[in-house]
Amino acid sequence: MSTSVLPTDSARAATLPPPVINDFCIQVATANGSGSQTSNNVMMRGIFQMGIPVSGKNMFPSNIQGLPTWFTIRASKHGYVGRKKEVDVLVAMNPETAKEDVAKLDAGAVVIYDEPLGLNQQRSDLHFYPVPYDKLVGPVCPEAKLRKLVRNMIYTGVVAWVLSIEMEEIHQALFRQFGAKKKKAAELNWGACQAGYDYAAKTFTKTDPFKVERMNATAGKIIVEGNQAAALGCVFAGVTVIGWYPITPSSSLIEYTIGFLKRFRNDPETGKATYAVVQAEDELAAVGMVLGAGWAGARSMTSSSGPGISLMSEFVGLGYYTEIPGVIFDVQRVGPSTGLPTRTAQGDLMSTALLSHGDKKHPMLIPSSPEECFEMAMAAFDLAERYQTPVFVMLDLDLGMNSWMADPFKYPTKPIDRGKVLSAADLDRLGGFARYKDVDGDGVGYRTLAGTPHSQAAYFTRGSGHNEKAQYSEREEDYVNNMDRLTHKFEHMRGALPAPAVDIRQGAKIGLVAVGTSDYAIGESRDQLRAEHGIETSYLRLKAYPFSDELRKFIADHDRVYVIEQNRDGQLLGLMKLDYTGEEISKLRSIRYYGGLPLDARTVTADLIRQEGK
Amino acid sequence: MSTTVTPAPKKVNRIGLEVIQYKGSKTTLCAGCGHNSVSERIVECFYDLGIQPWSVAKFSGIGCSSKSPAYFLGLSHGFNSVHGRMPSVATGAMLANRTLLGLGVTGDGDTASIGLGQFMHLQRRNLPFIYIIENNGVYGLTKGQFSATADIGSKQKTGGVNEAPPFDLCALALQWGATFVARSFSGDKKQLQAILKAAISHKGLAVIDVISPCVTFNDHEGSTKSYTYVRDHEEAMHELDFVPSYEDIAVEIDEGTTREVTMHDGSKLLIKKLAADRYPGTKIEALTTLQEAETAGVVLTGVFYVEPEKDTLMDQLNMVDEPLGTLPESRVRPGQAVLDQVMEELR
Ligand SMILES: Cc1ncc(C[n+]2csc(CCOP(=O)(O)OP(=O)(O)O)c2C)c(N)n1
Ligand code: SF4
Ligand SMILES: [Mg+2]
Repeated sequence: MSTSVLPTDSARAATLPPPVINDFCIQVATANGSGSQTSNNVMMRGIFQMGIPVSGKNMFPSNIQGLPTWFTIRASKHGYVGRKKEVDVLVAMNPETAKEDVAKLDAGAVVIYDEPLGLNQQRSDLHFYPVPYDKLVGPVCPEAKLRKLVRNMIYTGVVAWVLSIEMEEIHQALFRQFGAKKKKAAELNWGACQAGYDYAAKTFTKTDPFKVERMNATAGKIIVEGNQAAALGCVFAGVTVIGWYPITPSSSLIEYTIGFLKRFRNDPETGKATYAVVQAEDELAAVGMVLGAGWAGARSMTSSSGPGISLMSEFVGLGYYTEIPGVIFDVQRVGPSTGLPTRTAQGDLMSTALLSHGDKKHPMLIPSSPEECFEMAMAAFDLAERYQTPVFVMLDLDLGMNSWMADPFKYPTKPIDRGKVLSAADLDRLGGFARYKDVDGDGVGYRTLAGTPHSQAAYFTRGSGHNEKAQYSEREEDYVNNMDRLTHKFEHMRGALPAPAVDIRQGAKIGLVAVGTSDYAIGESRDQLRAEHGIETSYLRLKAYPFSDELRKFIADHDRVYVIEQNRDGQLLGLMKLDYTGEEISKLRSIRYYGGLPLDARTVTADLIRQEGK
Repeated sequence: MSTTVTPAPKKVNRIGLEVIQYKGSKTTLCAGCGHNSVSERIVECFYDLGIQPWSVAKFSGIGCSSKSPAYFLGLSHGFNSVHGRMPSVATGAMLANRTLLGLGVTGDGDTASIGLGQFMHLQRRNLPFIYIIENNGVYGLTKGQFSATADIGSKQKTGGVNEAPPFDLCALALQWGATFVARSFSGDKKQLQAILKAAISHKGLAVIDVISPCVTFNDHEGSTKSYTYVRDHEEAMHELDFVPSYEDIAVEIDEGTTREVTMHDGSKLLIKKLAADRYPGTKIEALTTLQEAETAGVVLTGVFYVEPEKDTLMDQLNMVDEPLGTLPESRVRPGQAVLDQVMEELR
């Protein structure tokens, strides 16, 4: 009979805690390389298909096999998809971490574990469901060498029973996951899943309060990773040349792009590629290719993370001065070299805005959702060509590599903007051009592309030492003029970048400012502040650097403005300080998180309350 | 009696351009610098072959040598990039527009030290590109430090002696996959012209190591890259003649002394042997020849290796024939149906 226990069971049924519906966090603890990803995705999709908002986050080590990995699935009827600190349902598959994982749980949580681990001895305030995986896997998987993988699918079935995830949805999710080509594998896994479910149904009595119930909050939605969304954006932006070098968490952005390009961008008649992707020897070469290609007229891009972006520094400075379009994705991760390369951070904001030596500033677009990854990828190419400068798109590991619910992406309504490029016919009409002359008042000159069939098309591209006509010059006036025009161009960009998302609340004295994935924790934290502390806040989420003028107004309209970010040094705050005066700066406060995990609402709420002295 | 003076008709090439249209701005390099001679040869060759200047794109890294693209082909776009990383810039540009004729000029510092990695990978990819190294054994622009091609025992102007063994860029290029490998001397006008013209006709990557003395920092007694030293130690492997494809003339060659290499575009490089039987052959032969020359202390010049038809990067990538950079929106932005399909898959 039931082995699921809180003190003594039959009496308990009467005193069951009130049900907690569609509001919990499942954590699956495994070792990486054990193939649990499919089981987790199936579980997540099953919940999603029942109409309940979900998000999936993978916390994985920098290693290929054997180190601990945690996958969390959060279901939230409120639509909260940020990280939740508290785990409600632990699936303990990794003997290495099981004790510690169990110790961390709040009272009342569920533990589904491998029976021989005997975890139920450890605490008496949890709901334990022991599963004899090794006994169950044998009959459903005769082939011994597949058992290690199939074993994981058993917990999917157990969880489905415990949480009342409908097995029809699990079935659909599973077969979809394996695709039409892997029918046999799907059957095998489905068998395991069912064995888990049947075992649970026959053996356990439900004692915990967590369960799912059908909702209608995911109809029409998709589940997608940020990198995948950005990749799709690049393809629809018409990217033509890519140079890249592998690095987690950025690689999948390029790999998704390559996948889409191969499917959708080969010429229908000749089968030939309308794009070129080169895996470069390093990031120095990757960004060199981007600049060369942008110079010669391509929509070029690369993607990397902090270490690679650092290497690109000199070239990016050259791109700034030579005024060459190019799009650079930075999927941010923690710190240099080994350490926490598979953990998330917003740690490159300052260094990217000011990447390279000498005077320079670079525009950054900062998406917080897959929809924005898609849209901003497209916007970045237009901006890069319109303003003739390298443009950065700043994702982070959380956004890029985790699974997010999103609305289906909207097909672009505007045509591609190729910026100011003169053709041979234009040159005939104009009788020549000055490459770096501000003709239109936006600080952006006209350019020509190599290969333009005209005797007046050519100009010589070099770093900082040039006059308006792109002739070599070391004259003070020429240098200063050029620098001032570049400043003007940067200022002009402010108005052309995506506007911030602003939510002003009547009477709110406190304003919050953030970028990117901090958004999810902040949305939830604002509800906590209101419900638990009676504090109403306004919120401005910046989507780009240079910052919109709306930020200035937002600061003016509030007594205290908390700048919330995922790095130690307050980099977003630092960039704001470069723009603002003493009075504005005196209103700014800072909330920072830098533990390598996605920011969670409790951290924000607690720090804000502390600083408010409440 | 009145006389009307009709000016002599201007001399033009086969596309009607004068030589001046192949020149660049006035050089700012030292008088007598070998790099200036290379620039002159480039002007002559592109003029002679009647190449449309706007179809050419020039690239360089940083150094005196890398400045020189400003001094030739003023009607061609040029890109003076960063130190040692011209290959990546050129690769990107050539991918953006594969119809360009790409020409890079670099120095031994630019290529053999900071840019070694990019130089290697350029060859691995066989980019259709002409890569000229103006090799003077020193860093001219930073005032005469030794480069990685300086010979053992070569003396610096200030008296220092180089102890580290040199890289032989031709030998390395052979191993790394270049499909056209040659060495010349900035003072050997005829040979350099023939090599340059053959390189222009080559389908893949042409690497030309041109010994190009630095008169200011490395032309003294004791230097192995001085004019005097190179003149005294140069041994041309063969005599070269170039017959462009458009010159429809039957050339008679003496089978006993001369061989011809047919380049990808149908042009012919005629190679007439001098003292020894030295024609471009296999890589192994070329490497042996180079090794022997090094042992003998000879500066061997000529064409070491040609592989006219090897696939280039563009072949490997199976790219469309038109420049990628200017493909119309209809060819680079998939339609609504494609987005709908992907959205359906993600549901
Ligand atoms: C990243 C970087 N490091 C160092 C330099 C300084 N620098 C300029 S030119 C040069 C050496 C050039 O030597 P070479 O390529 O042989 O050209 P040459 O002047 O001899 O023709 C160096 C080290 C630089 N411009 N950039
Ligand atoms: S310093 Fe040497 S390499 Fe530079 S321009 Fe003068 S002679 Fe040429
Ligand atoms: Mg040199």
